Amino acid sequence: MTGSGADPGLAVPATARPRLAPYVRSRFDGARGRHVLLGPESVIVLNATGADILELCDGRREVAEIVTELRGRYRDVGEDEVSRFLARLVARRLVVLDRAPGDGATPGEGSHDG
Amino acid sequence: MDRPFGLLAELTYRCPLSCAYCSNPLELEAYRAELDTDEWRRVLGEAAELGVLQVHLSGGEPLLRRDLAEITREATALGQYTNLVTSAIGLTRRRAEELRAAGLAHVQVSIQADEPTVADRIAGITAYERKIEAARLVKELGWPLTLNVVLHRQNIDRVAAILRRAEELDADRIELANTQYYGWAWRNRAALLPSRAQLERAEVVVREARRRLAGRTEVIYVLPDYYSRYPKPCMGGWATRQLTVVPTGDALPCPAAHTLPLARPSVREHSLAEIWADSPMFRRFRGTDWMPDPCRTCDRRELDFGGCRCQAFQLTGDPARTDPVCHLSPDHGIVTEAVRAANEPDTEEGTEDGTVAALVPRGYRRGRAPVVER
Repeated sequence: MTGSGADPGLAVPATARPRLAPYVRSRFDGARGRHVLLGPESVIVLNATGADILELCDGRREVAEIVTELRGRYRDVGEDEVSRFLARLVARRLVVLDRAPGDGATPGEGSHDG
Repeated sequence: MDRPFGLLAELTYRCPLSCAYCSNPLELEAYRAELDTDEWRRVLGEAAELGVLQVHLSGGEPLLRRDLAEITREATALGQYTNLVTSAIGLTRRRAEELRAAGLAHVQVSIQADEPTVADRIAGITAYERKIEAARLVKELGWPLTLNVVLHRQNIDRVAAILRRAEELDADRIELANTQYYGWAWRNRAALLPSRAQLERAEVVVREARRRLAGRTEVIYVLPDYYSRYPKPCMGGWATRQLTVVPTGDALPCPAAHTLPLARPSVREHSLAEIWADSPMFRRFRGTDWMPDPCRTCDRRELDFGGCRCQAFQLTGDPARTDPVCHLSPDHGIVTEAVRAANEPDTEEGTEDGTVAALVPRGYRRGRAPVVER
């Protein structure tokens, strides 16, 4: 009964407004040259695209707006890609959605990597 | 070579509790010359350079270190996410506010059961009500709260009530981890290893609680590896993701590695970077080259890394053997025998009052050497 209960295919709706979960800190790690997310018992090392997505997750922008802004920077960033990336972080409780989708479903259970 | 993400900083092995499953070393006299504040500052700085992002301030009871806030402040200044792993004995409001100001990020409070009689018997002191009060304080001051519960034969049947307690306390996480059989827990294994029926009942309760608490309290449940087909991926690979520094400065790939017949490198003599990269202790089981059969050719060798080296040593006397928990291990009979004993019908009946195999509480005080009967 370990491992992630999250469904990685589960998407975040385009109208959701993501932001970092309370208790989660984001910073640049000089040792790795990467941005990282730090939370209770979890560390996520982000790639450049991931760091850019999270920089825009301020609880005000909707996912669709984030995608539009990113397209100004990357030619080929897809809404699916952004949505799935955020869904994984929601499942790990590192990102929360300020406006829940209509049915109020929360994707998956927490995961634990120790 | 990977960079470590986490440092388990075992600040002291002194502890007000005397839990019968304590995983700290048996000979505590050898750990009295603790690193001082400046030494810990240096260790944290070296850890940050090495890539450590999370610092687990643990013990023993870390609150017994008067310089805990200073150590926390240093880690915070280095950008590390700090995590206090505590019995909560000594977490007064004044102390908690001091730690809050020092930037402490997360608090993990241990509880031994859901109510005082059982909990205090397991902890060996009157502690339960103080712990609950401290857990409320943690939430009040705005920290994320994790409850740590070591599960075993004498409390696993209470898991539903323990989960309700976590809900009442509005815990953000609860770690229900079955005992791992090292150190003192190894001595008490017969009294601690649950039966298969107990585990099955607990699993149903945990599954239901995960559904009920989804989005509020994360429920982490760790099975006893004695009941698994495959061994646990210990530490995410030897000297790959984590390291431990013990109170006197020895650096270890895992907190149980002090039991192994390997020289222990010390931060008093070497930098953490040297220790991580070059010490025989850290190099010995890194990667897959050291593996014996059946691990060597197993599809899972990069998934579970051959299991736990300390458990292999404890059960077979050779740390380079396959973890006997694995059903493919030639030594697996050792584990099946312990599991068989835990499922004898007569022992199953005695679990409620613990009369079958009495727990031998760990002794901490000087000159009160605990007596072990097994």
